[in-house]
Parts: sequence; C-alpha cells; structure tokens
Amino acid sequence: MKEMKLSFDPYNLIIAGVGGQGNVLASRVVGNMLSRKGFTVTIGETFGGSQRGGSVMSHLRVSSESSFSPQIPKGRAHLVLGLEPAETIRVLAAYGNPDVLALCNLRPIHPVQVISGELDYPDLEDAKGWVKELSRKAWFLNATDTALEMGLPILGNIIMIGAMAALGELPLEREDFERAVSLTMPTDRISINLEAFDRGREMVEAA
Amino acid sequence: MSHLLTDEPGSRILLMGNEAIARGALEAGVNVAAGYPGTPSSEIIETLSKVARDRGLYVEWSANEKVAMEVAAAASFAGLRSLCVMKQNGVNVGSDFLLHLGLTGTRGGMVLVPCDDPGALSSINEGESRQFARLLELPLLEPGDFQELKDMIVWAFQLSEEIRNLVFVRSVTRLSHASGNVVLGPLPGETRKARFKHRGFILDEMEGVVASMPMEYRHRRQQEKLKQAVERFESSPFNTYTGPEHPELVVITSSACHLYSREAIHLLGVEDRVGLLKLGTTFPLPPVFMEKHLGLTDRFLVVEEVIPFLEENVKILAQELAPRIGPKTIMGKRDGRLPTVGELNPDLVVEALASLVEVPYESAPEAYVKRGQELMFFGAPNRELTFCPGCPHRASFWSIHNALELDGRDGFVCGDIGCYTLAVLPTGFSTLKTLHAMGSGTGVASGFGKLGRFGMDQPVVSVCGDSTFFHAAMPALINAIHHGSDITMVVLDNSGTAMTGFQPHPGLDVDALGHKAPAISIEDVCRSLGAQVRVCDPFDLETTQATLLELLDRAGVKVLILRQICGLSPEKKRHKKYEVAVNPEVCLGEACGCNRLCTRIFRCPGLIWDKRAGKARVDEVLGTGCGVFASICAKGAIEKVENREVTG
Repeated sequence: MKEMKLSFDPYNLIIAGVGGQGNVLASRVVGNMLSRKGFTVTIGETFGGSQRGGSVMSHLRVSSESSFSPQIPKGRAHLVLGLEPAETIRVLAAYGNPDVLALCNLRPIHPVQVISGELDYPDLEDAKGWVKELSRKAWFLNATDTALEMGLPILGNIIMIGAMAALGELPLEREDFERAVSLTMPTDRISINLEAFDRGREMVEAA
Repeated sequence: MSHLLTDEPGSRILLMGNEAIARGALEAGVNVAAGYPGTPSSEIIETLSKVARDRGLYVEWSANEKVAMEVAAAASFAGLRSLCVMKQNGVNVGSDFLLHLGLTGTRGGMVLVPCDDPGALSSINEGESRQFARLLELPLLEPGDFQELKDMIVWAFQLSEEIRNLVFVRSVTRLSHASGNVVLGPLPGETRKARFKHRGFILDEMEGVVASMPMEYRHRRQQEKLKQAVERFESSPFNTYTGPEHPELVVITSSACHLYSREAIHLLGVEDRVGLLKLGTTFPLPPVFMEKHLGLTDRFLVVEEVIPFLEENVKILAQELAPRIGPKTIMGKRDGRLPTVGELNPDLVVEALASLVEVPYESAPEAYVKRGQELMFFGAPNRELTFCPGCPHRASFWSIHNALELDGRDGFVCGDIGCYTLAVLPTGFSTLKTLHAMGSGTGVASGFGKLGRFGMDQPVVSVCGDSTFFHAAMPALINAIHHGSDITMVVLDNSGTAMTGFQPHPGLDVDALGHKAPAISIEDVCRSLGAQVRVCDPFDLETTQATLLELLDRAGVKVLILRQICGLSPEKKRHKKYEVAVNPEVCLGEACGCNRLCTRIFRCPGLIWDKRAGKARVDEVLGTGCGVFASICAKGAIEKVENREVTG
C-alpha cells in the first residue's frame, strides 16, 4: 500500500554524522518506516573500524520498484540529513548537486586534529552559509541541545528524524515511527523517543 | 520474539545482509553454527545466538576460526547441518583444516560463509577468500543481492548434501552491512539427531573413517564432487542474463558489483546496448551456460572485487571454448580499466563503461563539483581515526610510550589486530612499529627478543587484546618462553571482543548462548607457562608506567595485563564514574608552558580546545567520565569528583 508517490525513484537519502551519534540506528529506523509503507529500501552503511570519532554515512535508496546499489552514485543525493555540520558539508561536496536538500544539526564534534590545533573547524556561521550554498534549500536545528535538555544526548538522531518527517519529502509518519522503534528499542525507551520525534517535527514546523 | 523468526512464508521484511544470511541458515534447518568475531561477519553468529533457544540450535564463538571450522565439521560428520562464519582473514587461519576437509568430505550439509572486506573498510587488508575455493577445489557461490544472501544459503546446504562436501558462500561488507527487503521462506519443523557413524568400510563416505587417506582416491573423489557441483551450476537460478538479444557489450559480474553494474548501465542509459551477465556460481564456472552467453557478443567487461579472479576464470574458459565461439575481448582489471585495489562503486563502473560505450557522464555540474571540493577543504576537516573517548587503550599506550621514552634504549612495540591497531597512528602516540595478523605481535617480538647475540639491545614489547590472546597469541608466548626470548608482552584486557561488539571469549564467564562458562584466567595461563606476570589498571597512569619501567629492565618473558573494561561496553555505557571538569581559573592555556599536553598530545575527543577562551574544556556529550584527564594535567587544572549516584 503506497500512500504517497516518491518525487524521485529511487529517492536517495544520506544520513551523515560521526561515529557514536546513532547514525546507523537512525538509518534502520527510517528504513523500517519506509519498508512498512511498501517501498523497497536499500541501506548501505559504513561502520566498523572506529566505533567513535570517525565519519559515518548511511545511504538509503527508496524505490517503488527494486533494490539498488548500497552506495549512492556521486552527485545523486536528493536529501542529506547531517547530524553534524562538517559532515554535512563533506557529504554535500561528494554526493550533492544544485537541487539537493539539506537538514543539518548544528552541534559540532571536533576531530582530534582540530583539538590538537593541526586543523581548523569552520566557524558555524560560515558552515551554515556553505551548506546553503551547496543545496537548493537547507534547514538548521540545534537537535543535540534539545536532546541534552531532554537528558539524553543520543536522542539528537531521533529529533532529526522527526524534523525530516516534517519536511514532507518522504512519507515518514508518526505511527510508522512508533512501530519501527518498538522493533529496535527496549520498551522503556519508546515514549522518550516519541517525544524526541515530536520535538524535531515541531522544530521544523516552527522554523 | 526476534523478527528473524517471523514464520510467515511470502512476507517481505527489511533485513541487514548478515541477518538475511542467518535467516537462510534457519530456513535450511541449520543445527550448529560456529565462528570467530570479525567485521563485517559478526552479526551472523550474533543473530543466530539470539534465536538459538527458540530454534534448538547450538551456537558458539570459538577460540579462533580454525577451531570454529572443526566444531562445525564435527556437526556435519554427525549428520547435522552446520554453518561456519568468519571475516576473510579467518579463512587463512583455518585453511589447513579446510584442505583436509575437502578431501574427507562432509556428511550433513556444511556451509562456510567468509565475509570479505574490499577496500578494508574495517580491516587492515583486503584479502580475498575466493582464491581459497580454487586452491582447495571447493564450490563457491556469491550472492548478488539481499534476497540471494538468504536463498543461496538454503541452496548451498542442499548442494553440500548432494555432493557431500563443503560449500563456500562469500559475502562482502557492502552486502553484509547493508540492508534490503527479503521475501521469507518457511522455517522447517523437524530437527536432526546427531550420530557419528565410524564402523563402516574405510572408503564409505557416510559411515567409514573420516580421513584424507588414501590421498589419491580421496583427491579424485573431491574433484568428482566438484564436477557434480558444476552440473548443478548449469541450471542455477542465481546465474542470470538481462539485456538485449544482440548486445554490443556484456558486463560479467558477481556479488555487490552486480548492483553497481546494474546501476551504471542505468545511469548511462545504455540498457538497449549493454547486457548484464550476473553470476552467482563463480567457481567453477558452468561451461555450457557460459558458452551460451559468451556467444552473445565479442566484447566483455568483468566487474568484480578485488583481484581479477572471475576475469581469469572467464578467460580460461573462453580460451577453451574459442574453437567454437571464436576469439573474445575480455576487459576488466588486467588491462587497467578497473582498479585492482580498493572497493568498487557505481561511479568507478560508470567510468569504465562510459569509455567503452562512448556516452558522456557527469555526476553533478562541473562548477558545483569544484565548489564542493573547495568547501570541503575549508568546512570539513579530516577525521583521523582515533580511540573512543574513555578508551583504556589511549591510557595504556600513553604509559607504554612514556615508559619506552624514559627507558631511553629505543624500544618499540610489535602489534596485531584489534582496536589497539590504531596505536600505529597519533591516537596511540604512534607506538606500534610492526603490525600483522592476529597474535603476530608476540610472535614477531619473540623473534626480535632473540637478536641480542647480533648486537640488538633495544627493549622489545608486544601488545595483544584479551580475545587475541586466546585466538593466536598463546602459541607465540609459549615459543618466547621456551626459547628464552627477552620480551615484555602487554595484554590489553578490555574484557570482551570489543572491536566487533563485545562477543564473549574464553576469558569470560559467559558463552555465546548466555550460559555460564568457566572463565580461563589470562594471568594463570601466563604464570603456569613460566612468565613473570603483573596486572595493572591502565587508568592508573603512574603505577602502570612504573611497572612497565621495572619490567623493561628485566630479562626473560614478562607479561603485563592492563585490565580496564571497554568504554563502550554495555556495563559502562552511560555511567560516568567521575564528573570531570577543567577549572578555568587554573588552566593557563598556551601560557602554561605545558604545550597543551592534554589536547595537543593526549588528543581524546572528549576534551576539546576552546579556541575563544584559550583553555581546554570537557565535552559534556562525548566525555565518558573515566577520570584520566585529571592525571594528564601537571597543573592540576582538570578536576574529577567521583559520582556517588549509580545509574544503571
């Protein structure tokens, strides 16, 4: 049962972040939500070598027809969900195009070479400008700050999924989210995840 | 109940590649599964261990891959179906056993799933397991999508029982660690009873002795079995051709490269000019099927990872068939059209194909790509691989590095595979100077430790993890002790196979099924072998360094166990032992004279440099509360307070 036609087939979504931000979990939740809608979903993930601190990227391909390569071709992303500003720029530069949309969490995670002073982390205002320059439209959120207010910084990824749902680009419904998290998380975590999803949705709707 | 046990044949669910493999084994009625953890294979055994009770399986994390193969083979000899799983390196470890197993044959179906890692996304090599199929004369299957990951396992078990030999099913990172929709089949109801029959005639493959002798007889039988497999491959549903009747060019491919090739043909819009020959049974290639498809055209491009294995096998067959089908041009890796190192992706295949079909291709407008590269330079600083915040290895290597510097005799460390491999990089203060296979650090050290007679006077240190200790370091340690080598072996014991997700190992009191198991004490083993043994908490930097300095000075084999549980372990996660903060009144920043030891040298992601304030600051999201920073700052500017409140 397809309640919505995709604007592109396959629709190419990239979730980008840093190891430890819940990137992989976010891609599975979104994948499960869309699979439940009857779409064929392919998720390609890069994780393993370094559990924390490395660039992590999930490629989601959503189609009414068939499965696709777990790697999206360069320049062919339709939407980039960035859990971290520098990672959003990195992924846009490789997979973006003038029509790509970007949704970006503004909390930086400093690479160790920035901590040590060998490299510079961009000024946040510059980073925002560059994300805008590399996309047709961009949205910026302080998802980690909201997650810290909620007492659990890892919820930043779920807030971003809620925000993505509010964009209306993909059929991401709250009811499907609830089913998807109940598959992947212990029962005592479900209500706080629903709250995070709603907070994210509100943050985009209010913007 | 796990979604993997969904008993609704025909229903379609989203599965990770490794889950699809596990589901395939369940649908095939697997009884025993054994493996050793290794990315990207680990989730297969993990998934099976979670459903073991429901499905009546025996699942284990074996001490190493060779033992895993032996355990799985025993089940087969007793008439059961068994699965054996590992990353590519594991096949090397167990290949000696496989050489003999190929000769003795199997009874109950036995399938070996090696997961290769083209591009070494989470490895330190990109070794190929496919070569082993040719070397060992065993049939090889390569799934080309998510559905096939499941279906081919079921088929492989049937094939194994038809030919009574082991079948390889090779996966790769981009399938094992990807997810896709899979249509489920039925789960079998019945289970098998184990009985090892050994009283039959010596050459009786089902009831005689399981041995590789008489060699010539067994070797011939093995080759007959391989021919039998080829006959089955001729009509395999996993070999398919899609494309025009008279293509200009045919792409021959397998595994994840099938998905890249299909996408490349689509991106170039040449579906009516280029055919796609997707092969699932890649060794030995079925000659009748191949003859038919090699007759389609004169030009072929072979797309595969990593080395030209398929390409060479196709070329051999094309040469043999040449009198009937004429000469063929087979392109791929040997002519440099596609790289022979690293993984492929749709873009690399597009590039190779575009030049052959003369179709222009642009990933994104040139100006966008150029601007993107500039902005990546300014906006996306490189993320060097690093130990996690709160990782005991950072503290351990800090102490090892400092002790070797203080010792002053140009000592060095030999290492092997685990998270601690990263100590070859600045995150481990570039302390590791040799890096090879599991257990090799201690083996190489054992050799260095005997070079005193040739004038070598440098202290020799080896490191290995707790799981690696049992996997392959023990024989090396025994060798060092027996030969009187002078080495200091440091066991970095973080209480689990941490790198791959905390799988249990023989040093822990629990097994893969969650049952209580006798824990084998690393210190008891080392002591009983005759090593001088010390145990320290690596977070106690002072004691660790003093102990190391003392051990470096002594002759013989010394073992220092640095025990501190991994910062990401379920026990530790989300519980901060200490509240740690930088006191801005005390931190003098660049003016201190400490050269920003805490951030410039120690480089933990949990302690960031606040450029505006000119001081260090603990990142409240990333910091794990291990408290080590407090010992790093000589000024005492980093303060720790023990957390009384214990949250689960």
